Amino acid sequence: MSLTNDRIKQRLIEKFGEPVSGFEELYGLLSFEAPKEMNLKILQFLFDDDELKFRFLTDLCAVNYPDDKGRELAVVYHLHNLVDNIRLRFKVFTNVQEPDVFTASKLFSSANWMERETYDFFGVNFIGHPNLKRILNVDEMDYFPLRKEYPLEDQTRIDKDDAMFGRGGTIV
Amino acid sequence: MDVTTNNFPGKIHETPGGGVVLSKLDDVINWARSNSLWPLTFATSCCGIEMMSVASAKYDFSRFGFEVARATPRQADVIIIAGTIVNKMAPVLRRLYDQMADPKYVIAMGACAISGGPFFYNTYSVVKGADHVVPVDVYIPGCPPRPEALLHALITLQEKIKSGLTREQIKETSYLNP
Ligand code: SF4
Repeated sequence: MSLTNDRIKQRLIEKFGEPVSGFEELYGLLSFEAPKEMNLKILQFLFDDDELKFRFLTDLCAVNYPDDKGRELAVVYHLHNLVDNIRLRFKVFTNVQEPDVFTASKLFSSANWMERETYDFFGVNFIGHPNLKRILNVDEMDYFPLRKEYPLEDQTRIDKDDAMFGRGGTIV
Repeated sequence: MDVTTNNFPGKIHETPGGGVVLSKLDDVINWARSNSLWPLTFATSCCGIEMMSVASAKYDFSRFGFEVARATPRQADVIIIAGTIVNKMAPVLRRLYDQMADPKYVIAMGACAISGGPFFYNTYSVVKGADHVVPVDVYIPGCPPRPEALLHALITLQEKIKSGLTREQIKETSYLNP
């Protein structure tokens, strides 16, 4: 019997209990969240467990929810079990004043660049990262462009219809 | 005194001892330059695909003397900016341009190179037109421009060179610089 979402959920709750919460199955993809202090423990458990074997970090990114006070930034891990070919999504939330999250780069080497990218665009401070500096944007940039508090650059252009790009706005 | 005539292309400078030959030589040099422009292989996004298509058999810009694409700026005469220039690429473009030997020419291909692009015009990462970074000789609108449009731009550049209007000569021409 190969691994199922229910089994993963059961294993996580057996191991960690209450703190692991918010289980969802969007389009069949198991998704859950945990306090940010526990991110390494959970990733390590998912990696090491003989049944779970989530040993491939597909993606690591952040999301900004400016209206969710105290939980403005989410760091999202996408993991893949290559044996049973099953994926899951794991989120930790952090406030925007102290966006400190432990680095996963000791566990997954691929997290190194992805965390730099996440830092570059969202300003998440990955504690323990060996080389946390900008990777895609110019070094002189002094803001985190994908945070919603930073508007797009040129608010004054009216020659293009932003509605076409899902941003509201009209041509005058 | 400079005299412009209808028959003779260019100017006759009345200086002692064969000033006419000088003008003539300029024309010959410009003619030679315009028919052997070596482009730098420089494509930063989708417009580059169109530029490759112009280089290939169907459109074939070697018919106009552009076939010797160089992978080093030191041997190139013209840089076709085919694609989006992002802030991080801008210093690289500038360095490539500075490394090219004079005379050098620039063609801005596509909306991105002209103005920052049809999609990227309002973003944190894109230069709003390559002419913020290097001087541009010919602009080609389009997204991407048709291969014919690039050929037209190449021919336009040739005409510009043949008519003697290199940047240095434009600077010298008093009616543009009163
Ligand atoms: S102008 Fe259009 S085709 Fe050309 S680089 Fe920009 S987006 Fe791509």
